[in-house]
This record gives sequence, C-alpha cells and structure tokens, in this order.
Amino acid sequence: MKVVVCVKQIPDPADPGALDPESKTLVRDQKLILDESDSYGVEMALQLVDTAGDGSVHLVSMAPNNEVGGLRTALAMGAESATLVSDDVLKGTDALGTAKVLAAAIARSEPDLVLAATESSDGYTGTVPEMVAELLGLPSVTFAKSVAIESGTAKVQRQTEAGYDDVECPLPALVSVTAGVVEPRYPSFKGIMAAKSKPVDEVTCGDLGIDAGSVGWAGAGQEIVSVEDAPAREAGEVIEDEGDAHERIVAFLDELKVL
Amino acid sequence: MGLDKIWVFGEANGDAVATITLEMLAKARDIADTVEVFMAGDGDDYAEELGDHGAETVYATGDLDGAMQGVSVASAVAAAIESGDIDAPDAFMLGTTQDGRDVAARLSVKLDAPVITNVVDLEVDGDAILGSEPIFGGTVDVKTKNTSGKPGIFLVRPKSFAAESSGGAEADVEDLDVPDLGATGAAKVTDRFAEESDGPKLDEAAIVVSGGRGLGEAEAFQMIETLAKAVGGAAGASRAIVDAGWVPYSMQVGQTGKVVKPTVYIAAGISGATQHLVGMKGSKNIIAINKDPEAPIFAVADLGIVGDVHKVLPKLIEALNA
Repeated sequence: MKVVVCVKQIPDPADPGALDPESKTLVRDQKLILDESDSYGVEMALQLVDTAGDGSVHLVSMAPNNEVGGLRTALAMGAESATLVSDDVLKGTDALGTAKVLAAAIARSEPDLVLAATESSDGYTGTVPEMVAELLGLPSVTFAKSVAIESGTAKVQRQTEAGYDDVECPLPALVSVTAGVVEPRYPSFKGIMAAKSKPVDEVTCGDLGIDAGSVGWAGAGQEIVSVEDAPAREAGEVIEDEGDAHERIVAFLDELKVL
Repeated sequence: MGLDKIWVFGEANGDAVATITLEMLAKARDIADTVEVFMAGDGDDYAEELGDHGAETVYATGDLDGAMQGVSVASAVAAAIESGDIDAPDAFMLGTTQDGRDVAARLSVKLDAPVITNVVDLEVDGDAILGSEPIFGGTVDVKTKNTSGKPGIFLVRPKSFAAESSGGAEADVEDLDVPDLGATGAAKVTDRFAEESDGPKLDEAAIVVSGGRGLGEAEAFQMIETLAKAVGGAAGASRAIVDAGWVPYSMQVGQTGKVVKPTVYIAAGISGATQHLVGMKGSKNIIAINKDPEAPIFAVADLGIVGDVHKVLPKLIEALNA
C-alpha cells in the first residue's frame, strides 16, 4: 500500500513571525519546523502501512527556500522519501494554488491513500486537502478521528457537529485527520541518523507542468487590502487565591445577574 | 451599494436549520438584494424557517443516501451554473463547519474561484467583496478582497453575526440535481452517532464552564460538569484534553472546535493558547482560574484567579449549591 502524506513546514508557533507590511504575506524567514498537525498524518500513515504488512510512506510538501527541516523530522519518524516543491514563483500562493501544486506532486506517485491534516497551524483554512481530492478526482473523508484499512476500503470515524459518522470509502482516496487520531512517535536517534540520507526530490513548478500564472501572486484570486491591529480586550482584575477566591467569583456572577 | 445575489449554504440539525445558517442569512440580507439557500437534504423541511430568515429560494439536492455533502453539493451547484439552469451568485457564504469547508473546497476547484476563510465580516466595496479575518489569535484584522472575477467563496466563522427573523414568506423549493459523481462519490456514511450531553447546548448556553490540562486528570473533569450544572450552563473543553481522550470532541471550544459567545465564560486550568482564545474571546465576561500567573488567558479575563483549580472549584460548587 502506497501512502502519500501532505506535510507543511511552518514557523514555530511559539514565534509565528509577522506580516510583511509591503507584500502582506506571512514572513517565513526563520527556520521552519514540521507542523505538529501533520505529525498525526505521518504517524497514521506509518501505522496503516505497518498493519497492511507492506507498502511505503512518501511525503509531499511545498515550502520556500528549499526548506527541508520539517521534512527531515517526518523522515526520521519513518517515512521513506519526500518530494519538495520549492519555487520563487510560489510566493503569495493561496489555498487553491497550493492544492494545485500538491495535487500535481502527488499524482506522480499514484498512491492508494493520500493523508493530510485537516488544517495547518499557521493558515488554518481547512480547505486544501478537499481541494487536492477534487483535483485528483478522488473520493475523500475529512475530519477523521480514527482510520482503518480493511480489504481496500478505508473505514473512518468522521467528526461531525453532533458527534461522529462511520464512513466507508474504497481506495484510492484522500483522508484528512484530526489531532488525536493517533499518538505521534518521537523520532529515535537511529531514525534521525537514517533520515539524513533519505531521498528528498526537489522540484519546481516547471517540473510539475504547472503554469506560473496559476500560482503565486498572479494566480491567487484574492488580495489582502488592509492589515490593522484588532481592538485588544482589556485585562480585568487578577487576584491571588487566599482560600476565598470562590467568594469573589460568586459575587461577580451575582453582579452580572446570571444566577 | 449592494450585491444582486448571495447563495448561503444551508445546514440542519435534525428538523431545525443550523444556527450558523441563520447567522449568515442575516448578514446576506444586509448586503444583497436576493438571498438564496443551497443545501443537501429535503428543502421542504426547512423552507418555512429559511424563508422567515430572508431566503427567497431553497435549492436542495434531496436525500444523498449517505454520500458526502462536500462532493455532492459542490458538483450539483457547478453543474447547475454550467448548464445555465441558474445564474451564478455574486458570492457564496458557507459556515466554517466540516461540511461547509468540504463544499467550499470542492466548489473552489470546480469554479476555479478562491476561498476566503475564517471570515468574521463581509463588506461590499464597489463591485468587490471584502472578507475580514482575524489572525494571530485575533490580535490583527486582515481584509481580503476577491479579485478573481469569479464569485467569491467565503467561509464564515460561527457567531460572527446575530441570527434574526426577517418575517419573510416560506421559501420556494427548487431541485438541485446531483450529477453522476463517478469515483469522487465513493465515500458513504454507514452510521451516525450523536455525543450530545444534557443541559443547554455548548454554543447556545448563557454560561460556559471549560476545563483544560490544568485539571491534571480525566476524572477531575467531573468538577467542570458539576459546576456547569450548578450555574445552569454547558461544559466545554480545551483541545489538549480532547486530544488526550478525556472528553469527546463535541465539547471542544476553539479554532478547531466550537465558537462560543456566552454571557459568562469560566476557564478552569486553561492556559489560553491562541487556538482556544479564538473560540471564546467574544464572551461578554471571562473568568479564568489558573495556577500560572503568566498564563495568556489572564490577558483577556475580566476576573482572573491565580490559584489551584482543585482548591477553588470544590469551594465554588459548594457555595453555589448552598
């Protein structure tokens, strides 16, 4: 079973960077790391291949400046190889453009299963995986809280507003997973050493046959027209609990007449 | 200056229209002359309520027989526009829900139109539409314009607008035919499970009591439920303890969970990660209890208690139940 996992390399959320005042894109000039959301997809893929008893896990990522830091983390977890699309014309690409690039990169390996996180931790549009499925002509199950593969069919518990649905979907298919679907492993020392020599195929838009006009600033059908600081919420009173803080809470609720 | 026509994606919980749909209808009425709904399922079941909130027409696919809403509804809309059966609207509005995102994403590819996500407000600027999106945990507001020359697809965050009846007549119901989906339609729902708790619903309760990692263990969440009951509210949770499997996802408050705007939000043992703040910052009053005086939650709290939830909560419950 061939599984491809979409992974995003993002600035450390503890230091999210800022918007460039000129171009109004997220400045990503610090070292990029593997989006934690994607570690669930990588782990899920490794476990499914392990259960199937054969197959491989391949990564696909789009990042500026040929960044591979996050990919090496996922390779250290156990993925076999990666494709990295890195190209200056991709600056300013929106969700749809990103999906076009990822879909073209994924199509080259004809996987049985495409896994992705439901949303990235920096852009959180939550739309790219489903777009990729549409571009590849695949059925999809999004927001999976558990995934199993049985005789060529994905059996998924899909989160809903009310609870969850059991969904069945024959492969090939795309599944997007939520955090908590599995517990991601930490890369072992052996894994980290092995990852250094695993193949990362670096490609450009041209290599994928993607027209530069359909991605980047040129291809994005949207433009940021203003960036303003939001009105900050004022912090109120903060007290240290001396054993009677509950009385202050009750008084506060009384004042609001909600009891 | 208004728009001619907006299409709002309709969702339902059982026999009632979902609140997010009614919220979007209120905004759509403000900025467009004609507001229509497109949805999966039987339009007749919802025509009265949708009409009462300003929808003139409901385009409905009928029962999908377990197929996914995303691919079914998006394919049906794209086919209807392509065949000329309906004129494309100026904009689509969909809720930031599981199915809303799926429909928006598939539709985006089919129409080659952009999706503008996490929108909390929409404004018309000449003949363009702008969506406002809070970023960096709501500290910065970004306005994004649809420049594609195609209808913009806007994914709207719940609780961005107040749902309000317009007193409109029952909406006309029109068929929205789902074309043959081929391989893309292969995913099927085989069973549905609800994880509803007793008491008021999380996104509608006047008081929400949420617990986080600071509770220390799954058993301690009972204090949150007891407190919620004592104040007639609903219990919520941070993503950390949902991921840890302490409580079901239906209780999650935040970017990837529910957005709540209660009169009072009590955060117990929650540090206040951006992810969580996005889902509760709109609460009228916030009470935070946390051991760590540096926790970001205190920056948004009206009343902050630096203390141990294991000491404060039992006394609070006792006082309220006295």
